Amino acid sequence: MSFRLGHGGRLIDRARPLGFSFDGRRMTGFAGDTLAAALLGAGETLMGRSFKYHRPRGAVAAGVEEPNALMGIGSGPQAEPNARATVVELAEGLEATSQNRWPNLALDIGQLTGLGARLMPAGFYYKTFIHPRAAWKHVFEPVIRRAAGLGRAPRGPDPDRYEQLYAFADVVVAGGGVAGLHAARLAAEAGRRVIVFEQAAHWGGRAPVEGEPVGGLPADAWVAAQLADLAARPNVTLRARATVFGLHDHGYLLAEERCGEGGGTGPRRRLWRVRAGLTVVACGAFERPLPFAGNDRPGVMLAAAVRDYLVNWAVAPGRAVAVVTGCDDAYRTAMALAGAGVRVPVVADLRPGGGGALAARARAMGLRVADGACIARVLGGRSVTGVVLAPADGDGSGGEEIACDAVAMSGGWSPAVHLWSQPGGGLAWDADRGLFRPDPARAPTGADGRPMAVAVGAAAGELALDAALADADRALRAVLGLPAGAPPVTAATAEAPPRTAAMLPARAGHRLRAKAFLDFQNDVKVSDIELAAREGYVSVEHAKRYTTLGMATDQGKLSNVAGIAVLAEARGTPVPEVGTTTFRPPFVPVTIGGLAGEASGPLFQPVRMTPLHGWHAARGAVWEPVGLWRRAYAYPATGERTADAVAREVLAVRGRVGLLDASTLGKILVRGPDAGRFLDMLYVGMMSTLPVGRCRYGVMCNEQGFVTDDGVVARLGSETFLCHTTTGGADRIHGWMEEWLQTEWWDWKVWTLNLTEQFAQIAVAGPKARVLLERLGGMDVSREAQPFMRWAEGRLSGIAARVFRISFSGELSFEIAVAASDGPALWERLMAEGADLGVTPYGTEAMHVLRAEKGYIIVGDETDGTVTPRDLGLERMIASGKADFIGRRGMERAHLVDPGRWRLVGLAAEDGAVLPEGAYAATDARNANGQRVTEGRVTSSYFSPTLKCGIALGLVRRGPERMGEVLAFPAAGGRVLKARIVEPVFHDKDGARLNG
Amino acid sequence: MRRYSVFALAREALRGHTGWGRAWGAAAPRAAYDAVIVGAGGHGLATAYYLGRNHGIRNVAVLEKGWLGGGNTGRNTTIIRSNYLQDASAAIYEKARSLYETLSQELNFNVMFSPRGVMMLAQTEHEVKGYRRTAMANALQGVATEFIGPDRVKALVPIIRIDGPRYPVLGALWQPRGGTARHDAVAWGYARACAAMGMDIVENCAVTGIRVENGAVAGVETTRGPIATRRLGLVVAGHSSVLAAMAGFRLPIESLCLQALVSEPVKPCMDVVVMANTVHGYMSQSDKGEMVIGGGTDGFNNYSQRGSWHHIEETLRALCETFPVLSRLKMLRQWGGIVDMTGDRSPIISRAPVGGVFVNCGWGTGGFKAIPGSGWAMAELMARGEPGPLAAEFDMFRFREGRFIDESVAAGVAH
Repeated sequence: MSFRLGHGGRLIDRARPLGFSFDGRRMTGFAGDTLAAALLGAGETLMGRSFKYHRPRGAVAAGVEEPNALMGIGSGPQAEPNARATVVELAEGLEATSQNRWPNLALDIGQLTGLGARLMPAGFYYKTFIHPRAAWKHVFEPVIRRAAGLGRAPRGPDPDRYEQLYAFADVVVAGGGVAGLHAARLAAEAGRRVIVFEQAAHWGGRAPVEGEPVGGLPADAWVAAQLADLAARPNVTLRARATVFGLHDHGYLLAEERCGEGGGTGPRRRLWRVRAGLTVVACGAFERPLPFAGNDRPGVMLAAAVRDYLVNWAVAPGRAVAVVTGCDDAYRTAMALAGAGVRVPVVADLRPGGGGALAARARAMGLRVADGACIARVLGGRSVTGVVLAPADGDGSGGEEIACDAVAMSGGWSPAVHLWSQPGGGLAWDADRGLFRPDPARAPTGADGRPMAVAVGAAAGELALDAALADADRALRAVLGLPAGAPPVTAATAEAPPRTAAMLPARAGHRLRAKAFLDFQNDVKVSDIELAAREGYVSVEHAKRYTTLGMATDQGKLSNVAGIAVLAEARGTPVPEVGTTTFRPPFVPVTIGGLAGEASGPLFQPVRMTPLHGWHAARGAVWEPVGLWRRAYAYPATGERTADAVAREVLAVRGRVGLLDASTLGKILVRGPDAGRFLDMLYVGMMSTLPVGRCRYGVMCNEQGFVTDDGVVARLGSETFLCHTTTGGADRIHGWMEEWLQTEWWDWKVWTLNLTEQFAQIAVAGPKARVLLERLGGMDVSREAQPFMRWAEGRLSGIAARVFRISFSGELSFEIAVAASDGPALWERLMAEGADLGVTPYGTEAMHVLRAEKGYIIVGDETDGTVTPRDLGLERMIASGKADFIGRRGMERAHLVDPGRWRLVGLAAEDGAVLPEGAYAATDARNANGQRVTEGRVTSSYFSPTLKCGIALGLVRRGPERMGEVLAFPAAGGRVLKARIVEPVFHDKDGARLNG
Repeated sequence: MRRYSVFALAREALRGHTGWGRAWGAAAPRAAYDAVIVGAGGHGLATAYYLGRNHGIRNVAVLEKGWLGGGNTGRNTTIIRSNYLQDASAAIYEKARSLYETLSQELNFNVMFSPRGVMMLAQTEHEVKGYRRTAMANALQGVATEFIGPDRVKALVPIIRIDGPRYPVLGALWQPRGGTARHDAVAWGYARACAAMGMDIVENCAVTGIRVENGAVAGVETTRGPIATRRLGLVVAGHSSVLAAMAGFRLPIESLCLQALVSEPVKPCMDVVVMANTVHGYMSQSDKGEMVIGGGTDGFNNYSQRGSWHHIEETLRALCETFPVLSRLKMLRQWGGIVDMTGDRSPIISRAPVGGVFVNCGWGTGGFKAIPGSGWAMAELMARGEPGPLAAEFDMFRFREGRFIDESVAAGVAH
């Protein structure tokens, strides 16, 4: 059983005990503990359950690579699932809950699946659950889904805050170990802007744990001195608890800062988006487990993790710890344990020739070292009771039972190459060291084609302290163009070459292989990889996907190289030929809320408001989202149904006068000597001939010849036009104009400006519109002074205004544009002056009904990106005299001039009902695929308060040639609605009211 | 082919699963085949499978430059639906969906087709109209969909935020028989069935040239030697333009990077697939418990399979608004794939300007759902030399004539 030592622990403060709970049990740890350290200190080795077989698991690592000790932290809306106990900083009152078990961690029913493990090797689910067909959906999948998953998603909205920022740096150092700090120091001294990110709460990485002096100082003191120096420099930013998790093309680097931890205030997470000239990958290396039966038992840990717990938190994994290793480093653990008074019954070294100087020192301490030996299996269930020691190259038979309650294992180290590889950096297999390391000849390159990253220290495969520092020194000097220098002085320890193993013991049979775990969380064993190879899943990517190796939350940090070694052996090929799977961001899982950032709730796509928004809101407007805007849909009076309000508003416009907030319509100023020529290209009609003072309706198409927007263009001056667009189209059309000007007609003298928000625009529509404007006074709006499709400037009621005589309702109508800030005053004046005229504000739905009664199209209703101007009956709009315009060639193609196309008509239901929008007219015929043949559809449909019946617009095959024909519209429930093809203009066909 | 079943599994359990053979052989290419298909992704393998099954053409090689199923088949978000607006699309996607329903039994390989239901949220009045229209079109096309109100949406997806604030959910287009499948298994299942028919699936075999004689294909050059054939199918998604160039013609295709990501696994919290086109995001929960999330495509062409980061942020922002529980989960992995986009966002299943060459590409962001139907139609085309009704409208010459099959019409991005 693990326990807390009576003394030591470089990171804990024994004077500050902290209370916390685990599965409801109260426990105590110390300030500076991680949750895993505190649990181990309290004697808890059982921390979780594996994904597939629900096997009991304890912490195997001490850092971000931990696959087993995943827990829920907190409760309610602030709960976090799948937190790695090895990196969670202990806090007073912390609530930890184990996951993926029922009813509790010790008595998990799910572990019964382990009994059937032989039936459930890798990919078993591809071979079964096939019959009966319905069972997958109704039985198998629900059961599998319930058993799968780890923690529980919290319920309710996240109450925490997240923040994002941009930063720029010449050099970003990812990793604040000694190599990273030395690299940062060199870059800082050279005057570069430097940011150093360290994922842990403390600096220095592994060196302070080992305790070897650096630069003549104890490692801790050297780290402190570097930090003090760096912190004092204005060109350096230091951030602990900040993990670089992604390095993207062109040096775009992402880091997650956990501001909310360690008693910090402010946002819970901060996302750093950094443009880095050079990224120094100084992320260290991950130790690898060894593949032997029972290597997943709680109490079996990575050797360096054991050392971390011992030195950093004064926690020992057990009273007697067996060590098994393929490299020299684990001897440090053995000696540290022995030095702390923990019994080390044996150090099993796989290498027949044993280890180097460290092994000799261990022997000198009196430790039993067995060369060429391994652990054949671990004894025990939810904890370790002993191990069986056997020859590493044997089959595991015989062997010597050794009592112990923990195991420290080391299968060598894997450099943390993730950041190097994510943007495409290549790796090389270093056979001597048994690891994949960054290949400097295949560095990821930036926009200039030059390397944008350099890996240093352990991340570059230089595992020893002296070599790591020397490597960082040499690499940084080279890349920064500095003269040669000397790295900080350290002692050198010669280490014997490591040995990797695909299975221990090497000739073990299936029974042991089926208990030797590679991917702990996903329960992938040596036998699974071998099965994958046997079945032809020999590509490393296939083996991964078939067995799920490396797909757990640690993304293969512990398992990948071991799995590749097994695959290589099974295939009979060398490791480098197998290769690695693709490294993808993020380096460690990152909180999604932090990636979403501040832009949530009201800041998520903020609502755009017209100057009159407040007025609408105060009158209880029903809103309609249109693009980013909210527009008033209707203004129901108290107790009035929305549909009734719409009808009332329509009748008010037809009978008296109505006001519409038209401010959202796009208003794009187009100016310059070539403005007319430009608009002639943009619109299907002619704009260059429009006289100053006049307005013209225009339709725009894309290159394919399909309608994309429409609106009224006013010529303000000889070189100045104001183009109105649809509400949703304003930004898109402005972008469209710029795209053409910047990429095709870059030599034309045209400038565009999106003025949409600069103006409030109010439509005054209805037979009393002129009377109302005359009451405001200041401008002559008589029929003679301002006929239809003219505009004029002046002052209305003292407010500077531009008045357009245009109509989208079919009534006498003026649209008045004033400065945005004058909008509310003008609106209030119109309401006040028009009170006795019955002036009525109307919303977008009344506007839709009014325009439909008049047969006006709406882009997006009558059009959907497949409709041409001809389809809409707008062929007269297409200027015949123009040499070219956008869409001209597109609309001449065979299918677009096919006389059989669907064209705009009106539709009148035989019973006067409102046809469902989107309904299709179908014939009785079926096409070759068995589908009903259609011949038209309803594009818009309303109840017309003016005509007291339903009206609709639609597109119908050869529609205008088929006036009076009755079409059949199949509807829900087998009903068939009948509607007659009619003219699309239902109201005031001759336009007398409009021109009034 | 060794039949898969729980009994076979039990027998193998007794001997340590040592008796399983390869799912598909490691074939070396032979000198000539009746038909050669380039690209061992889902579409290529399905084409080969139906060539054998429906048309008796079994002297077939499927060439793969890397590892089988390693392109978009292994990178997508596994959504299967057929609620398309245009007749031609609805026909082929519904064919595919219906083939998916029995694919596990057909291939004797559990592809885990899970008809859990797909919903497309309507969050503006415009979308409500669009999806009502689609539902009415689907009814005439024989595709079972319905427009449901916000209460049904909430009942089906309890974790959804229905009342906005930004874009309240106004309803959804609901296809109860849409769902997901295990993407890799689809490729593996087809590969195994093809191998069982005697076809050669040749991995690590890149096509480096296409031999054309007298305007017709004579064979291909590969990194594993020349292979003669008179019938060549190019089924390589994002790299279609590259292969077309080898045969001397051009395709109206742009290749863009589309990204996806998964969260860490959590216990089941969402049973259906939800697509939210107004805010550009879609999500489902895998059987493992990961939230599987997809977003928008990059705005520029590339082949790097690494997309622009801001899409990830935008997608997650949108989905956190829609599903607030997402905020405290963690992103586990993000990746990109190269999608081949046509001008109308609909695929190409077509004869090429070179005799004997057939092209299947342009599936854009939504090819996985189409795999069985696409293979069915492509096999018909390759076997007969002319398209059947499923492929008839998807020829590559439609762009010249303006015969678009435009699906961007009804929905927004996700397709």
